[in-house]
Amino acid sequence: MPPTAPRGGRDAKGHVLSAWVGTSVQRVEDARLLTGRGTFIDDHPPVGNVHHAAIVRSPHAHARIRGYDVAAALRMEGVVAVLTGADVAKACKPFGVGVTAPVHYFPSATDKARFVGEPVAVVVARDRYLAEDAADAVVVDYEPLPAVVDPERALDPDAPVLHEAVGSNLAGHRRLVYGEPDAAFRDAEVVIRERFRFPKYGSTPIETYGLIARWDTLDGVVTVWSNFMGPFIMHPLTARVLGVAENKLRFIVPPDIGGSFGIKSSMYPYIALIALAARKAGVPVKWIEDRREHLIASSSGTDRVAWRELAARKDGTVLGMRYKWYDNVGGYIRSPEPGCSFRPTGNFVGPYRFQHLEVDASVVMTNKSLTGPNRGYACGHLYFETEGMMDRLAEAIGVDPAEVRRKNFIAADALPYRTPTGGLYDSGDYAATFDRALELAGYVELRREQARAREAGRYHGIGLAVAIDPSVSNMGYVATALDPQFRAKPEYLPKSGATESASVKIDPLGRVLTILSSTPQGQGHQTIVAQIVADELGLAPGDITVVDEMDTFTRPWSISSGTYSSRFGSIGTSAVALAARKLKRKLVDYAAHLMEIPAAQLEFRDGAVRHRTGTGPSYSVKELAGRAHWNTESLPDGMEPMLQATAVFGFPEARAVDHEDRVNSSNTYGFIAEVMAVEVDPDTAAIKILKYVTVHDAGVIINPMIAEGQIYGGALHGLGGALYEEMEYDDSGQPLTGTFMDYLVPTASEAPDIDIAHVVSPSPLTTLGSKGLGESSSMTVPAVIANAVSDALKPLGVRITELPMTPSRLWRLIQDARAEPPRGAQT
Amino acid sequence: MSEPVGVRLVVNGVAREGRCPPRKLLVDFIREDLGLTGTHVGCEHGICGACTVLVNGEAARACLMLAVQADGAEITTVEGLARGERLHPLQESFREHHALQCGFCTPGMLLTALDLLRVHPDPSEADVREGLSAVLCRCTGYHGIVKAVLAAAPRLRE
Amino acid sequence: MKPPKFDYHAPRSVEEAVALLARYGGDAKPLAGGQSLVPLLNFRLARPAALIDLNRIASLAGIRQLDGHVALGAMTRQRVVEFSPVVARALPLLTEATRWVGHLPIRSRGTIGGSLAHADPSAEYPAVLTALGGTVVARGEKGERVLAAAELFETYLTTSLRADELITEIRLPVMPAGAGWAFEEFARRHGDFAIVGIAAAVWRNDGRVTARLAAAGAGPVPTRLRAAEEILERDGLGDKAVAAAAARAAELVQPDSDLHASAAYRRNLTRVLTGRALATAIGRAA
Repeated sequence: MPPTAPRGGRDAKGHVLSAWVGTSVQRVEDARLLTGRGTFIDDHPPVGNVHHAAIVRSPHAHARIRGYDVAAALRMEGVVAVLTGADVAKACKPFGVGVTAPVHYFPSATDKARFVGEPVAVVVARDRYLAEDAADAVVVDYEPLPAVVDPERALDPDAPVLHEAVGSNLAGHRRLVYGEPDAAFRDAEVVIRERFRFPKYGSTPIETYGLIARWDTLDGVVTVWSNFMGPFIMHPLTARVLGVAENKLRFIVPPDIGGSFGIKSSMYPYIALIALAARKAGVPVKWIEDRREHLIASSSGTDRVAWRELAARKDGTVLGMRYKWYDNVGGYIRSPEPGCSFRPTGNFVGPYRFQHLEVDASVVMTNKSLTGPNRGYACGHLYFETEGMMDRLAEAIGVDPAEVRRKNFIAADALPYRTPTGGLYDSGDYAATFDRALELAGYVELRREQARAREAGRYHGIGLAVAIDPSVSNMGYVATALDPQFRAKPEYLPKSGATESASVKIDPLGRVLTILSSTPQGQGHQTIVAQIVADELGLAPGDITVVDEMDTFTRPWSISSGTYSSRFGSIGTSAVALAARKLKRKLVDYAAHLMEIPAAQLEFRDGAVRHRTGTGPSYSVKELAGRAHWNTESLPDGMEPMLQATAVFGFPEARAVDHEDRVNSSNTYGFIAEVMAVEVDPDTAAIKILKYVTVHDAGVIINPMIAEGQIYGGALHGLGGALYEEMEYDDSGQPLTGTFMDYLVPTASEAPDIDIAHVVSPSPLTTLGSKGLGESSSMTVPAVIANAVSDALKPLGVRITELPMTPSRLWRLIQDARAEPPRGAQT
Repeated sequence: MSEPVGVRLVVNGVAREGRCPPRKLLVDFIREDLGLTGTHVGCEHGICGACTVLVNGEAARACLMLAVQADGAEITTVEGLARGERLHPLQESFREHHALQCGFCTPGMLLTALDLLRVHPDPSEADVREGLSAVLCRCTGYHGIVKAVLAAAPRLRE
Repeated sequence: MKPPKFDYHAPRSVEEAVALLARYGGDAKPLAGGQSLVPLLNFRLARPAALIDLNRIASLAGIRQLDGHVALGAMTRQRVVEFSPVVARALPLLTEATRWVGHLPIRSRGTIGGSLAHADPSAEYPAVLTALGGTVVARGEKGERVLAAAELFETYLTTSLRADELITEIRLPVMPAGAGWAFEEFARRHGDFAIVGIAAAVWRNDGRVTARLAAAGAGPVPTRLRAAEEILERDGLGDKAVAAAAARAAELVQPDSDLHASAAYRRNLTRVLTGRALATAIGRAA
């Protein structure tokens, strides 16, 4: 695949502009990871006398806890302490939640257990084997209660109520209106309605969650080593739960994290829970989540029931849409939920220009495990529905699905574009990118092949999907969950922002150290940053050492810090480039002083400060570094000694949600256009992917190899949710997918070939013109494959409205369709 | 008989020994008792393959063996692949083809692929995909891994 | 997910192993390849008082071709079966079925006897044993018993083996020269237990057809599809007979619904895969 991103080049004068940005530099991280020398959380014994925790978890989906008997457990070999829900209730406050409903979410169950797998006690012992033995011996007296797992059923008046203080299972509800949707539906010539169901699935990183907590009662410092990856709102939340001052709570993240895809960004109770256990036990405590714990009690995306309505003209122009959904957040609502409903607020309309919409969002609690960000956070749901509706519109008016999309795109010359919901799309050419995807897929020929296949009685289908790919969340979106009246109260503190910092230092020999406060999980930050700094300072990536280990005591950080919501490619790279440029200006000023020439006559070029005319002496980075470090007297008056610069980058458009519920929920917005061709075997309902093309516009690409790696991975996450993965429960709330034999992660045999191309519309908002693309095709594959399968089965009248499309379920749809005549389009 | 037992084995060409209860899993013994933390724990029920090591030259799940069962065996872990500073050709190929992101599944992938290439020295892409299906990776979509193993095959045949 | 405490024994002989099993009176588990038992231990779904590790009993491993049948030691690794030239020649159906068993690193440790004793009805080896009319030799304190598949498998994960009994050997009749075979399987992912799998073999002898068919994953035990075999033996191997046999096969199974598939879908797969397996087997038959 030839990368179409800009490569290293020179300007008209032959000066090096970007030797490294835009090239597939091999990764710095690989050597240690390939030789078994990575340092993951489970490889850590950072302190001595570490003991091990096993968590006792509820076997019931819903049960009142009457009491605990820990005597037998305490007598067992190697056991030092048992912490129960009763201890937890006494020792700490509940976590803050993002809604006004009184949901009390403690680090463990206290009064009731509300899902299978909820922590109810913690055993601390000399090793994990002994801790698990003792966990088996903890007796919890439960009074089982009726459970509810279906979000529609949970809102029935007679449904079991999880939180008595809330009074119902509705954690939150918002009706957001933008423009005049009722008028749009009144004026419509075509109205399409559909109900969709999106499954509960999670990206199940192969490294599970884990941490080590030490509670030093002498100096009052609580230190936590964990593979938590931000947002660091976790830090103040945890400090408040534990009742410790924020400057006494230290979070340290190891150099390597074994994948996350959003899963490690939830506000898990575990840091607080294990810290409490460490205090009670009087020893540092380590807990590594095992796979069963992960599958029944970690985090996943929400399952959603959605109702969509689309109003259009007969020519295919979309006038407006109504969105209604029930998002199932499980037994409690855990921050950053209800982001599932509101994270895409700014891009609710996708790449389309319609102005009128209504969003009726209900956030429902049931006796399932809790939810949170999962790659593509809520955008997979959004586009599965929207792109399904666009296909239905195309069919209703009898035009090609490509036409209907083209008809509705926001025009290239309208960008930057303010969406009716408050998003600011920074750059892009959606029609051109879409056309590139059609061309690459050979769309016209695919349609001909399909016609031939149908003649022969085979079920070929072609799916299309387009999406806005939002990156760098603005923390302010979370407040969309709150009523404007609540937000208008004087005591309400508005929330907004997205910031990142970086420091660049030059040592006395002219070598460079770059220090980040990011927490990558495989995204190759060290490599990317070395490329950027090498370009800025005219060096090679090998000259740059990049440190990306987070420590809240030593690194600059803020509420939004961390590596999530595809942040780094956009905001992290901006901070790094700014810091390097700041340092470059200092080098120029210093050289000007040494050369006794006005700084305006000098420039930094090809690794040295030179006269703009190209004549006269020059000072290389190495020469300047040596002088500056060894002889501070040589610095001009007023210049800070040492060659280092720290820059903090923040997006000015990351504002709080306004009184009409408009919010720029992300900061940069890429675009994805996809084409997939499939064949469905009607006998087994197996789906074979014949072709899959994805074209991305994520602005300037810094390392095409790494960018494409994100796309390959993201696409397979989407395919998992579309075909294989669902966390299923029976009606009593027992999880059915507690092992990797039942929760099916796609393997190499299931991974399709992918044709990837890039279109580059540089972002005007970032230092290098780059945007994020970490979530990428995870948000489009459910839509594109559902559309392709629906298209394949069109002769039978089968329409996909629910995922995952397991062979057994799809076969049932085919059988049912064969039993009745094809249904017409709904108009 | 549930008391600690002695385990002697050869790991990456070096004779090692330890004592552990018979229920201790081989992967925990390798990580905790031998200090070789390159072998990772991902599921503890034999599906994810992150803990795969070579036992007497054949790939096997270290989470599905007891350490005591490895008494007398020769084990190869990811730490045993490179020769000093020189990466094994398969490791080189992984780096060239961006076959890893977070690197957590990588040790199991490498050892599974080595065994696969021994059984199929000249594999088709389908052979490689089938063989690598033994290990789960959630970062790469397997694309780079499949390419890396195919590219390494001729180098390993030499 | 760490195993509970247990006594551990690694006997060197079958006699010793059987005596240990008898001593624990049903509270001990024999440990073969461990690819199913160790996950159960790690989940603490199995809590035996003792594990009797069979891996140090050298006499239990090995493949021998005898008169008219192949004898496989119970501790023969699936990987050894997969690459055995004896098996490839005499039992090509077994070779093909083996490639469907888990993945290579699983087959490195997993054993043929362990798979049969585990009695997962979705597994490949029980279906092959059933299709080919093989037997297992079970050794207990009171001596040996020879059990056919129908006598061994009782229901899901349950055999008729007594607490002191071990499978020591598997005997499979050599497939006649010119026999065609196929193992067809449909799973949601590569390497998973089958939703349904079909073992098929056909051969002609003096114009007379012999057919062998068994289904995995379509009931609590592997199902011999005798009435479908009879259609082929009566009507030959033409397309019509194959379709009729496939349709009959779907009527013979008693599948259940579970997380991965409905009973109706499994019944459908039985028909589809029987047709496909027969087509392949007939294509390979002389």
